[in-house]
Amino acid sequence: MIPEFGHFALIIALGLALLLTLIPLWGSFRNNQQAMSMAPSLSIGMLVFVAISFACLGYAFVTDDFSVALVANHSNSLMPTALKFSALWGNHEGSLLLWVLILSLWTAAVAIFSAELPLQLLSRVLSVMGIIALGFLLFSLLTSNPFARLLPSVPTDGADLNPLLQDPGLIIHPPLLYMGYVGFSVAFAFAIGALMGGRLDASWARWSRPWTNAAWAFLTLGIMLGSWWAYYELGWGGWWFWDPVENASFMPWLAGTALIHSLAVTEKRGLFRSWTVLLAIFTFSLSLLGTFLVRSGVLTSVHAFAADPARGVFVLAFLAIVVGGSLTLYALRAPAVQSRIGFAWVSRESLMLLNNVVFLVATLTVLFGTLFPLITDALGLGKYSVGPPYFNSVFLPLMALLIPFMGIGPTSRWKRDETARWRAELLAPALAALIIGFGFPFLYGGSFNLWVMLAVVLAGWLVLAMLRDLGRQVRNASSLMVGLRRLTPSYYGMQLAHLGFAASVIGVVLTSQYAVERDLKMAPGDSHDIAGYHFVFDELSKVRGPNFIADGANFSVSQDGVVIARLQAQKRRYLASGQVMTEAAIDAGVFRDIFIAMGEPLGGESWAIRLHYKPFVRWIWGGAIAMGLGGFLTLADRRYRRARRRSEAGVTGLGTEAQGGTA
Amino acid sequence: MGRLKLFIPLAVFVVMSGFLMRGLQLDPQALPSALIDKPIPEFSLPVLGAAPATMVSRQAVIGEVALFNVWATWCASCRVEHPYLTQLAARGIPIYGINYKDNDRDALQWLQDLGDPYRLNIVDAEGSLGLDLGVYGAPETYVVDANGLIRYRHVGVVNEQVWTEILEPIVRELRREGSA
Amino acid sequence: MSRRYLLLCLLLLVAPVQAVIESYDFADEEMRERYRLLSAELRCPKCQNQNIADSNAPIAADLRAQLHEQLHAGRSNDEIVEYMVDRYGEFVLYRPRWNQVTMVLWLAPVILLGLALWVLLASIRNRKAGAASVALSEAEQQRLQALLADTDNGASQDPQQGSSND
Repeated sequence: MIPEFGHFALIIALGLALLLTLIPLWGSFRNNQQAMSMAPSLSIGMLVFVAISFACLGYAFVTDDFSVALVANHSNSLMPTALKFSALWGNHEGSLLLWVLILSLWTAAVAIFSAELPLQLLSRVLSVMGIIALGFLLFSLLTSNPFARLLPSVPTDGADLNPLLQDPGLIIHPPLLYMGYVGFSVAFAFAIGALMGGRLDASWARWSRPWTNAAWAFLTLGIMLGSWWAYYELGWGGWWFWDPVENASFMPWLAGTALIHSLAVTEKRGLFRSWTVLLAIFTFSLSLLGTFLVRSGVLTSVHAFAADPARGVFVLAFLAIVVGGSLTLYALRAPAVQSRIGFAWVSRESLMLLNNVVFLVATLTVLFGTLFPLITDALGLGKYSVGPPYFNSVFLPLMALLIPFMGIGPTSRWKRDETARWRAELLAPALAALIIGFGFPFLYGGSFNLWVMLAVVLAGWLVLAMLRDLGRQVRNASSLMVGLRRLTPSYYGMQLAHLGFAASVIGVVLTSQYAVERDLKMAPGDSHDIAGYHFVFDELSKVRGPNFIADGANFSVSQDGVVIARLQAQKRRYLASGQVMTEAAIDAGVFRDIFIAMGEPLGGESWAIRLHYKPFVRWIWGGAIAMGLGGFLTLADRRYRRARRRSEAGVTGLGTEAQGGTA
Repeated sequence: MGRLKLFIPLAVFVVMSGFLMRGLQLDPQALPSALIDKPIPEFSLPVLGAAPATMVSRQAVIGEVALFNVWATWCASCRVEHPYLTQLAARGIPIYGINYKDNDRDALQWLQDLGDPYRLNIVDAEGSLGLDLGVYGAPETYVVDANGLIRYRHVGVVNEQVWTEILEPIVRELRREGSA
Repeated sequence: MSRRYLLLCLLLLVAPVQAVIESYDFADEEMRERYRLLSAELRCPKCQNQNIADSNAPIAADLRAQLHEQLHAGRSNDEIVEYMVDRYGEFVLYRPRWNQVTMVLWLAPVILLGLALWVLLASIRNRKAGAASVALSEAEQQRLQALLADTDNGASQDPQQGSSND
């Protein structure tokens, strides 16, 4: 009964999405207040019904309703409850429903938190989001119904969720990722709304910014979680593989980073309006493209959902309509004439443009690399593979190119600046960074290492330049606290995010250069040394889990004779599916991880054991967390709240648009 | 010109969509053989079930258009395609077997139970011939011409449809080539 | 565990994703490093996008064994790569080798960067030219001066210049 109810709620949501698409949009062109003001209520209504539908499916999972095909194929009664619920999105149909839910959440949020928006723009924004919701709801209901039943032959138990997914990571990674991925639809909708209205001014950018920054922050955290999860789950200590599905989430992030910087310029200076709109369209298009790549079977990936070309056709058609339509609108409506506002070569605008250049080239490179096998196959030129060696060789230099300018960025002035001033402010940090960078490989690693030196110089430069700028900002204040308090959340957010970036750079380079990995045959009683740590295989044990049985290898790790960690790696066998999986034991630390994983049994009590020493690996994710937090911090900026108060006083200067707020 | 430039993103998107659409019809996993138009690799391996034990090399198995079928008893799909292979053999199609990483006793039992469509079976216990051929999973079937050159590889089960639509035309063409 | 038991036929494409941990012995450190790098750059021919180091599939195990053997036989990296490509095609390399087709791939980032920078420079230069050409006529200039002298409202076009923090 409940699944049918959920199915029905989804159909109602589809109806609401259709109304949301048509009515407010029509109203915005006819200047019909009533039609336009229906948008917020329709948005909230759509959310309510999608949420009901989602809750019904969740109920089916949590109560082990194996008459629902999805539950039977992806869940099992022995799983912990939290995982049962998460299994909802551990598959194509359910994750699509999650997509729609999160899209509805963002739509409703825009409806609720946009009191200062002119109604005409708001109605258009919500309608555009309605169009996207409509497409996905149709996709779900027509090709990927999550509520399909297995009646009358209901299985007694489910097929179990893939053991690799049976992890807390499944609970948070997809939702966070989707929050980001889908969140860029807001920037997209704003861009389309602005194009329709023909009004691409600084206000549009100011309204767009908080939504875009939030989506970017979510995506940063989502990608970081995915990387971290892969690291501890897969047992090989890797954390990024440039797999097509990973790239599908990374490309919107790269374009999104360009977007948040471009929006800053458009807001502050009214420049690059046309370019920023294109970026907004591009970023969300990459999200949609990602959805296509992951579900259509067009590219091979370990992460891909079960591929179905029929579904692929649907998504491609949807992509063609949405992206093709928006790019056509852009070509017809974007200002062809540049603003006359100029800026000097040496200025903040130039640096921001450079940021955009680097991130755009990075995005296009990753896109081309990901699609290259498909292109060569389609053209009959042969089967090629493009993997980490290629992506690393082209991506890392681009980032290295970017960082020197990142350091100058915060200090730079708009419109016109002087290199002399830059030199005065930043020469000391630059020299200090060079010295630290040169010294570090010798002090830490004992010998010269070019990559480490480069990374430390660049990251150090970023940090020191930031500190220098902070100092400059508080220089004239009466006290340090007064000075610090004067700085805006926007400023702190930016610095935190840049700091996070520096930390990630350190993490990436240091871990790849200094990590030590050994695969050995070990039996209880054996020991081995790597990187100054002494690993002793104490004993084998038998472990019984809620839905698995395992062989456990107990290790004690000591340094300088002192035991610093006792770890148990496991080789698990899941009872329902029979799948065997290795569960690595990790001793995490700020400056290093120690990683032990069991391989195959080699006879007697011997096992193949992998020992890993990974320095600074947590810095990769710590840096990403800082970036995400920085993004969220910028939302707290007073000017977004100030804008609302100002608009209530009627001083938006937006001409004939209706001043009325939302319904 | 200014306005025209703005159509570039749309143009790029259209081209990309074209590729994506084509991609839906392709199989990214399908790997064509790297040995097309190249000779079967040289080998010297035992013949299955030969008493006294005999070795066979490349020379002995070339000379006419034939199929080379890579199979094993642990491969479920091989069992599925076996009856059809027997049919093909009955029609006079020469089929040589490559018993890939299997054990002799199981293989002989299998052939006894299910029938033997093969002219002879090459025992590739270590998988060395398979490696040289670029085999990555059973079953695989190679179409080899009269000069011992590999002309096509089919990965997967050979059934009526596969034979009529793909393999038979090739075999016919190669025979015509050979007699010309 | 014997490969025989683990075997997955081609049509049962359930490629386990998890690490493979074997204990190979190496003659020296350099060889171990070469093994590590090459096994990461060679693709498992039948898996869902994994290198041979990470895949549980039997063919991956075979290729690893072959790699180990070839390294100890003294072959160079290029020779080993050539050996693999001869049998499995370019598909098996994660680092595409330079040829007429992949040339596009390798040059793309450079070309894109060059193109983007060129557009960037042209765009900045145009703005400066654009701003300069909006020069005021003599009469307009005088009117401007008069206005500025009259009013206190010297609202500059760019309130954010100078001390802006973000």
